[in-house]
Amino acid sequence: MRIIVCIKQVPDVTEVKIDPKTNTLIREGVPSIMNPYDLHAIEAALELKEATVGKVTAITMGPPQAEEVLREAISMGVDDAILLTDRRFAGADTWATAYTLSMAARKIGFDLIICGKQAIDGDTAQVGPEMAEFLNIPHVSYVRKIHNVSSQEMIIERLMDDCYEKIQVCLPALITVVKELNNPRPPSIRGKMAAKKAVIPRWNADDINAEEEKIGLKGSPTMVKNIFAPPPRGERRILEGSPEEQVDILLKELRRLGCL
Amino acid sequence: MLIKINIEKCTGCATCVNVCPFGAIIIKEDKAFITESCTLCGACVESCSEGAIIDARDKEVEKPKDFKGVWIFAEQSQGKIASVAYELLGIGRKLADELKSELCAVLFGNSDEVQELIKWGADKVYYVNSPDYICLDDELYSKTLVKLVNDYKPEIMLAGATAIGRSFIPRVAAKLRVGLTADCTGLEIDKETGNLLQIRPAFGGNIMATIVSPNSRPQIATVRPRVMKRGEYNPERKGEIIEVEPLKPSGRIKILERVEDTSFCKVNLQDAKVIVSGGRGIGGPEGFKALWELANLLGGTVGASRAAVDEGWIPYAHQVGQTGKTVCPKLYIACGISGAVQHLVGMQSSDIIVAINKDPNAPIFNIATYGIVGDVKIILPLLIKKIQEGVSL
Repeated sequence: MRIIVCIKQVPDVTEVKIDPKTNTLIREGVPSIMNPYDLHAIEAALELKEATVGKVTAITMGPPQAEEVLREAISMGVDDAILLTDRRFAGADTWATAYTLSMAARKIGFDLIICGKQAIDGDTAQVGPEMAEFLNIPHVSYVRKIHNVSSQEMIIERLMDDCYEKIQVCLPALITVVKELNNPRPPSIRGKMAAKKAVIPRWNADDINAEEEKIGLKGSPTMVKNIFAPPPRGERRILEGSPEEQVDILLKELRRLGCL
Repeated sequence: MLIKINIEKCTGCATCVNVCPFGAIIIKEDKAFITESCTLCGACVESCSEGAIIDARDKEVEKPKDFKGVWIFAEQSQGKIASVAYELLGIGRKLADELKSELCAVLFGNSDEVQELIKWGADKVYYVNSPDYICLDDELYSKTLVKLVNDYKPEIMLAGATAIGRSFIPRVAAKLRVGLTADCTGLEIDKETGNLLQIRPAFGGNIMATIVSPNSRPQIATVRPRVMKRGEYNPERKGEIIEVEPLKPSGRIKILERVEDTSFCKVNLQDAKVIVSGGRGIGGPEGFKALWELANLLGGTVGASRAAVDEGWIPYAHQVGQTGKTVCPKLYIACGISGAVQHLVGMQSSDIIVAINKDPNAPIFNIATYGIVGDVKIILPLLIKKIQEGVSL
């Protein structure tokens, strides 16, 4: 089984904040990490590879330093990795990103594509399903369990808002995975050595036969108009007194606000 | 490069360095310099008081014409129309009135509640009544919606940012080659351009962004549940229901079974008005009993921090936070949750936050509307008792 895992290097968003006074970003010391959901996508791919026979390729689109997350993927056991990097890719929204990744997937060849449910910087969850549309394959989002896999199809569980569904999907297909699916393995010593030595090919727009007007900013239908700090939370109050008194004040306040 | 620095004008003040969300601007020899990390987001352009940043990105081309009307996708589960659909009708009505156009709803599957969509504000409902559409088939849903859009050309299309909406709407946008903005919490019409201003949180809710899709129609957005207000309900309201011919499923996915185990059907965190959430501080799985009791009293459901889920005290479906669900109930009661940023980004847009924690320095108190420094095991039973007494009075 040929599996492609799509991963992304993201800023650790828990460290990103806006300075409320200057309305600018406080970015000092914000580390770059692999998108947490993608670790689960990689784990799923590795488990499938071990259960069947196959090859796992990790891809990412980004600036040259995004290579770091590909090396991390190799250290976990991914067979090879490809970096899609080109100035012309810059400014891509989800549409252009999904187009670019799908062109690369087409060139690599696959039975299954696995993505994390969403990336934590944008939280859109759009790139996976959009790729499936570009590749004209079925997709299943929020996969929380993988039951059976054959060369033709797989049986998986999809987590919905009010239930889960057992689904049979024909291959080739794309799935996006939630954290519940598995526990990502730590890198092995051998993996770390492989990651150090690995030569990671870099593909540009021409390498994947991407049409110029469908990539990067030019290919992106959406634009960021502006960014601003979220409105500050209202008043905060620590309730005083004995537990009994604290609870009484709380209930009074909640009644006043129409919560009870 | 489509965004450049005019070296002549640049004073090296570094304002743009701080504005750039991606750390892509540095100061080199007293002048700003744009590095490879630039994503062309344009955040820096307006920040420069000297006008030294040249924005050579594509300016607006002529907008596609003949697109009219605001559409909302009304999702259903087991025949029951989701409450987010009525919220979409609320905001959709406002936008449609401002644009002086009609408001239409699209309904797939089978439901007795079609008329409700009209009473809540829709002028027309496009109804695909077929058993193939009862559960989400992404390919079938997206193909059908693409066909409807091509036939009727709406200007704006809104769907819920729910499991269903966020899964199949991207396929629609990909196929139509139009812009899609995820999980919006605000929608307005730009008075100057007539574009839809789509406001959404990014970077885990630490930053808000306004997104536009200036050159493509329809403008598509998914909208976070429980943020928009419902419109006016008028049982006398009349509208048109247009039955649409169903398409044939591709057969590439088959839903074998739908499972609503009891721990699940109560968990619909995104729809809940009240969430009582537990963390490591509640001490163990038995600690959740009191949380359920309180949640039931308040007509809400139970959430959890990652710590409690990782301990195996409660299933993942309850997890709130970065790797769980993002929620915004009217009332969020955090019990024994210290408030790691990963948790806060998932619940900080709740209307009222109550925090109960032993540690007065717990970060959860920084965002709590009401904080109680105390032991959950003492406070919760008291709270439950007093509410029960209050109800019986």
